[in-house]
Amino acid sequence: MHDKGTTKWDGAWKWVLPALFLLTLVGLWQVAASAGLLADLFGLEDFLVPSPAEIGEALWENRSLLAENAWVTLREILLGFACALVAGVAFAIAMHLSGFVLRSTYPLVIASQTIPIVAIAPILVIWFGFGIVPKVLVVALVCFFPITVATLNGLSSVDPEANKMMRTLYASRWQIFRRLSAPTSLPYLFTGIKISIVFAPIGALFGEWVGASSGLGHQILQDNAQLQTARLFAAVAILSAIGLILFGLVALIERRVVTWR
Amino acid sequence: MRQDTRVKLEIAGVGHAYGDLRTLDSLTLAGEAHEVIGLVGPSGCGKSTLLELICGLQEPTEGAIAIDGGSVAEARLERCALMPQRDLLLPWYSAIDNAALALRNRGMKRAEARAEAAELFDRFGLAGFEAARPAELSGGMRQRVAFLRTLIAGKPVLALDEPFASLDAITRAEMQEWLAAALRTAPRTTILVTHDVEEALYLCDRVAVMSARPGHIVAELSAPHPRAEDRDGAVTDPKFVSAREKALRTLRQTLRGS
Repeated sequence: MHDKGTTKWDGAWKWVLPALFLLTLVGLWQVAASAGLLADLFGLEDFLVPSPAEIGEALWENRSLLAENAWVTLREILLGFACALVAGVAFAIAMHLSGFVLRSTYPLVIASQTIPIVAIAPILVIWFGFGIVPKVLVVALVCFFPITVATLNGLSSVDPEANKMMRTLYASRWQIFRRLSAPTSLPYLFTGIKISIVFAPIGALFGEWVGASSGLGHQILQDNAQLQTARLFAAVAILSAIGLILFGLVALIERRVVTWR
Repeated sequence: MRQDTRVKLEIAGVGHAYGDLRTLDSLTLAGEAHEVIGLVGPSGCGKSTLLELICGLQEPTEGAIAIDGGSVAEARLERCALMPQRDLLLPWYSAIDNAALALRNRGMKRAEARAEAAELFDRFGLAGFEAARPAELSGGMRQRVAFLRTLIAGKPVLALDEPFASLDAITRAEMQEWLAAALRTAPRTTILVTHDVEEALYLCDRVAVMSARPGHIVAELSAPHPRAEDRDGAVTDPKFVSAREKALRTLRQTLRGS
């Protein structure tokens, strides 16, 4: 009983402490901004350094515009992520099953990570125009690597002894994959997904910065040009919230799916 | 689906090497139908390799291994089930689904496979644990499920690789009694690799002592009371004690000779 109580208390503190810390930071920011301390410190006009309350106000006043742009960005994130998930898992399986595919492509996959996505984004716009395609591609490129590498690692982590045991239990290659390799790699896949889902919004942002007529990235650029700093912060907060919520959703799905951990 | 379990095992002049490393050398051993043979020997003498060869997971570099006359690897794989050192229960399956793996692999419907495994759960003291996940089972229970998984495959030859090595002394003795009973109920031609001479002499009809690498058989001892119902009585019997001493002496000589 005592142990259980302690665990619950610890669980609560896990959330309470960072929440308190965040509140304190926001509170200090609020006081410093509304007293004009921050603006004085940076030598700026007051409206360029908005307080949290002003950001909240901007969020509320521009809610329909922000929601519209957030939906555009969210769609890019989800589509790009879905493409990366399908392609990454398929590619990892191909590398796992074929030594030829692994040897000939894995070094290229690793090397591809040295190419900055930011540099490719303008080319994608030239090729595919200002529509949703280049943004989805940038998100997919950002997400592809973590998903592929994590899945491949998972598939390679299968215990060779378990593999032998399965063979003596009449398992075909497909059954070994389905009943042993795939479940073994699932926790790894989720780690890859969690990493990529956090980077996906950044990918969408880059895609929009290169050329877009809507989306949170587009709006951030506009607000920057028009010195609408409060609304800019609001857009950033929404983008960050999207990342957090998606991460939370993935964690939730993981707990439902990977029940043995 | 079930095969006739009364099969002989013949290992004739088997040699094996991993590259330049010779693991087995002119190893000869024969097992009668339903005979349980123990394999003891120093660490690294090729016991586990021999089990893999018997199971058809590898081919010997020299010599031949035949189960019921079939000597190609596929034929042996078809007739032999391996119980590895660690239980290797798949954590995403319940105990019963782990036990029923071989049936599922052969295309049996889940409900049918579970029903067949459930019968064995009842018979071998695992009733009530069908739905438990491996993480919820004790070490002994996990080994029982792992053994049933091997048995359910319905193969005539069982290859058991130090099945109780990870258990504490008391659980180990309990499991030996349990396995003895299981093999009395469901006799199979069995090769049991173990480090424990007493375990080998209690569970097996015959114990083969292996030399250090490259492994071959240096002595064969017959056990006085194989799989006796009263384990404590059997292992304290003077005949058993002297067989154990003899086996240990042979092992020590083997070690000194290496």
